[in-house]
Amino acid sequence: MRKKMKKELKIVPIKNGTVIDHITAGQALNVLKILGINARTDAVLSVVMNVRSKKMGRKDIVKVEDRELKPEEVDKIALIAPNATINIIRDSEVIGKHSVYLPKSIEGIISCANPNCISNAEKEPVISKFITVSENPPRFRCVYCERIMEDVSGSL
Amino acid sequence: MFVMFAKRHIISIRDFSKEEIDYILSRSEELEVYARAQPLRGSEKKSDLLEGKILANLFYEPSTRTRFCFETAMKRLGGEVINLSSTEASSVAKGENLADTIRIVSGYCDVIALRHPQEGASRMAASFSSVPVINAGDGAGQHPTQTLLDLYTIKREGLLDDLRIALIGDLKYGRTVHSLAYALSLYGATLFFVSPEALRMPDEIKLDLKEAGAEVFESVDIKEVIKEVNVLYVTRIQKERFPDPAEYSKVAGTYRIDTELIKENEDVIIMHPLPKVDEIDAAVDGTKNAKYFLQAFYGVPVRMAVLSILLGK
Ligand SMILES: Nc1ncnc2c1ncn2[C@@H]1O[C@H](COP(=O)(O)OP(=O)(O)OP(=O)(O)O)[C@@H](O)[C@H]1O
Ligand SMILES: [Mg+2]
Ligand SMILES: [Zn+2]
Repeated sequence: MRKKMKKELKIVPIKNGTVIDHITAGQALNVLKILGINARTDAVLSVVMNVRSKKMGRKDIVKVEDRELKPEEVDKIALIAPNATINIIRDSEVIGKHSVYLPKSIEGIISCANPNCISNAEKEPVISKFITVSENPPRFRCVYCERIMEDVSGSL
Repeated sequence: MFVMFAKRHIISIRDFSKEEIDYILSRSEELEVYARAQPLRGSEKKSDLLEGKILANLFYEPSTRTRFCFETAMKRLGGEVINLSSTEASSVAKGENLADTIRIVSGYCDVIALRHPQEGASRMAASFSSVPVINAGDGAGQHPTQTLLDLYTIKREGLLDDLRIALIGDLKYGRTVHSLAYALSLYGATLFFVSPEALRMPDEIKLDLKEAGAEVFESVDIKEVIKEVNVLYVTRIQKERFPDPAEYSKVAGTYRIDTELIKENEDVIIMHPLPKVDEIDAAVDGTKNAKYFLQAFYGVPVRMAVLSILLGK
């Protein structure tokens, strides 16, 4: 069993579904969080972390069976994994491949790193909102306090 | 001048184009005659431009000068003012959230000036308000009417078009200098940042300014730039920023403006957002270079302009 896995990246070949490849190493669980996949999911999932990659040194991979993720669902991944590629698998073949693009603005999902920002005030009816100021490296400006956030992986 | 002034609120200087700022400054100039005290009987310039309009001053933090200034601006244009003082505000704040307070108060007035300790409070308030909201300072965030009155002072001194300005003091935490630097980048000003190493202008703000096209120089020594500039914009260096009080005294002393320094450039003007403590020697107050009290006065015509524009007058 172990030998087989070592040889090939395709640990779990899937017939139909989505492979999210080239995820920034260490961010696979955050990718699931952004996709809204949590412990209660019944989707068949495999998560591979910190595998070697020619392009990226190390990377994570997420495979979701029997679900073809739509671009608007997956674009938000670019927040933490700007190089991710989405591969749609049908009948075990890659039939579609696309990159992720940061949305121009992001509502909800991440919270502002500034503890004194009104968007973090519990009793106010307000949802965080950020404007993307640069894509790679990703930088975001909070619409409320106007601070720039760079690494948002800790703020999901 | 015809300008499409479409903004309903004054939240952050970033929301405004250069043309919109120019429009506010030229309105300020028109209204300045009504801003002054009226010493001579019979020669009063009175205005009823905002008669029947009510400004609500919602100050969740003490700030006597800004609140007075808004009140004066409104009253000199014939308008009226209702006030929520910081102590009243804090008791409100214990129960009701800001969103609800704004929804209620905006039903009692025509325009709101809001000072709040949390960054972004005014942006949020605007989304719940049925009347225009003016950000009168939000925590360590924006204070756009301060920036506008700084620009107005520079314009009135005839320096806005060929400005070479030194921003001095706490450039790391000082919110006024961040917004001012951003606005000045729209005017193609040359900016000199003068601060102790520990209080330098944050990189993200410098990046922003460069993207906006500003020319930026940095120095730790005022003497190095005094001959290069036509404005010294001085800000306070706060003791709390230094863990070691001895270090503070040493640093603060280096950035003190005195008459000796002014001799190096007799035409330079000196601005300060006030209150000042001891970063400017008292002997400077009486010189022709000192413009900070005039600058504080200019808050009146600028806030008059902002109020009248937002109220469609
Ligand atoms: N049937 C499948 N089951 C599971 N994973 C698959 C399947 N087919 C492809 N993959 C995985 O999907 C990703 C993309 O596959 P592809 O064959 O396009 O690889 P590639 O040529 O390396 O593409 P890229 O240039 O994007 O790296 C790879 O990580 C691959 O291991
Ligand atoms: Mg590959
Ligand atoms: Zn924020």
